[in-house]
Amino acid sequence: MTLDRRRIFGWGAAEAVIVVAALFPVLWLLSLSLKTPDTVNDGRLLPKSFSFKNYSSIFDQDIFTSALRNSIGIALISTVIAVILASMAAYAIARLEFPGKRLLLGASLAIAMFPPVSIVGPLYNMWRHLGLYDTWPGLIIPYMTFTLPLAIFVLSAFFREIPWELEQAAQMDGATPLQAFRKVILPLAAPGVFTTAILVFIYAWNDFIFALSLTSTTNAQTVPPAIQSFTGVSQFTAPTGAIAAAAIIVTIPIVVMVLLFQRRIVAGLTAGAVKG
Amino acid sequence: MATITLDDITKRYGDGYEAVKHFNLEVADGEFLILVGPSGCGKSTALRMVAGLEDISEGRLLIDGEVVNDRAPKDRDIAMVFQSYALYPHMTVGENMAFPLKLAKLPQEEIDKRVSETAKILDLEQHLDRKPANLSGGQRQRVAMGRAIVRSPKVFLMDEPLSNLDAKLRVQMRTEVSRIQSRLATTMIYVTHDQTEAMTLGDRVAVMRAGVLQQVDTPKNLYEHPDNLFVAGFIGSPSMNFFTAGIDGDVLKLPFVDVPLDDAQKTALSGASVRGEVVVGIRPEHFEDAALVGEQSVHGVTFEAPIEVTESMGSEVYAYFAYEGGDVSHEELRDLAVDTGAADLPDSGGRAVARLDAETTVKQGESSKLWMDASRLQLFHPEDGRSIRIES
Repeated sequence: MTLDRRRIFGWGAAEAVIVVAALFPVLWLLSLSLKTPDTVNDGRLLPKSFSFKNYSSIFDQDIFTSALRNSIGIALISTVIAVILASMAAYAIARLEFPGKRLLLGASLAIAMFPPVSIVGPLYNMWRHLGLYDTWPGLIIPYMTFTLPLAIFVLSAFFREIPWELEQAAQMDGATPLQAFRKVILPLAAPGVFTTAILVFIYAWNDFIFALSLTSTTNAQTVPPAIQSFTGVSQFTAPTGAIAAAAIIVTIPIVVMVLLFQRRIVAGLTAGAVKG
Repeated sequence: MATITLDDITKRYGDGYEAVKHFNLEVADGEFLILVGPSGCGKSTALRMVAGLEDISEGRLLIDGEVVNDRAPKDRDIAMVFQSYALYPHMTVGENMAFPLKLAKLPQEEIDKRVSETAKILDLEQHLDRKPANLSGGQRQRVAMGRAIVRSPKVFLMDEPLSNLDAKLRVQMRTEVSRIQSRLATTMIYVTHDQTEAMTLGDRVAVMRAGVLQQVDTPKNLYEHPDNLFVAGFIGSPSMNFFTAGIDGDVLKLPFVDVPLDDAQKTALSGASVRGEVVVGIRPEHFEDAALVGEQSVHGVTFEAPIEVTESMGSEVYAYFAYEGGDVSHEELRDLAVDTGAADLPDSGGRAVARLDAETTVKQGESSKLWMDASRLQLFHPEDGRSIRIES
């Protein structure tokens, strides 16, 4: 065996281990969600009998469907606003020289390093006074605050890679600064924009602590705290099957989103490969 | 179609550095003007100020008699070709060329018509649907030109457009640029550091050094009557030879030969108030193998030269010979040496180059008789480097 083939084999094996380790819990969850209540604890990967009862039962509950609606709405709005704000801020940081630029970047990173737990208490009080408690904006604002720094970082790295001459060429061709940004810079930064969008969406979609503390009703409660409040048929039965089914359902949008955007990321990368 | 006037323009950066100093230049309607100089001389900055990509610190820029200092690039009706071409990688060739027309909100049929016309001129018709990534360097260069000419602007600006091409293609594209300019008859300012491009392309050439305009003239006049040592040394390849020469009555004492001065040279020298020493420049082609020179050598001198190296180019032979004494050290020439990298070479002092006919029999390492056309000597003031004009 040549060294090259050995290396390929080694990497392949390592990747296989990682993929199995990552996917096994998902597989287990899928199996749990398809089991009937009396076989939930039998410890078998392949269910003895398949049943979609868990899925139909969670969709019958108002708490889950409204949570799903809230999750989708809040995550999408957070993503759109964060990406728009971040691309403008990142553009300024990549292109302009202004005093305090490093300080600004440092400060925004510092915000991202704050543990959410430490601000959730004060936020709870503030939100109640401001009337933001248990509303969509009440969750969108903290999600944006925590994702913007990273979004700015990722995007400014992408903007920096784009030759400035392209923008100047667009200006010479008769574009206003805004047109140059929209028609030349943004399309070239598309991979960065999609990467950022995925990161923000996943953060908002997965968040538990803000959603648990800052919401209470179906008004704004997202899926993670909603799942947590599932109850069994009686107080002695654990809602394992329903939780598993709900977990599978909420995984689907993430998978779809990554698959969709992954193609855009690859396409964007090849388009950006030519420098002027 | 436009005239461009740069009126006492200065570019000063935040740290006080002046990239362009009191620059005065008039470019006539339809003229092809070359801006040339070593790297860092401010020629690109000057061009970018005309484009509107750099602010003008002082002075006025006029296009067709109108002051445009504060106009955005898009309102100046100028097209520019960048050194890196700056093609939009996410658009096809056709979309790249249509981009300025789309921004100008032209009707689609008009856009299609103009793009296909331009593609025809530049021989890009079969590439319109390809992305820049899939084009060769020369094709990308043509797309960049196409994007500039498609909207028939008042002025073309070119910032070293050919410097990324390999040598052969550069010669080809040089002809192409020349052909396009004469066909469109649009005013063009073309920046380059390549003096061959400067000599072959332009109606007039402006030479810059350290932010200061040195001389503006036709290529022929620049070559034959440079205003100072810098222009003399910059224009021409191989460059002009310079020697420090003593003046002893009617004789000019060059390091390797004494030259009797003729009347015109004497008049010039006496009018120039130089005492004792003068810098003499002579171009390589004004030397010849003495054996090949007949009786027509009116005002020439013959001397013995130890040939160190010969380079045969086929059509001609370059012979390098050594002489006693060092090189001329003048600030302007030092700048040139730094630019070409010659300053980093071990001291090459005391060597001159002669361009001889291919028939020559001079040999490397042997001493040979060379002839020099003394009527073609150029004289420069040893202190300020200015040319001492010889009226003939």
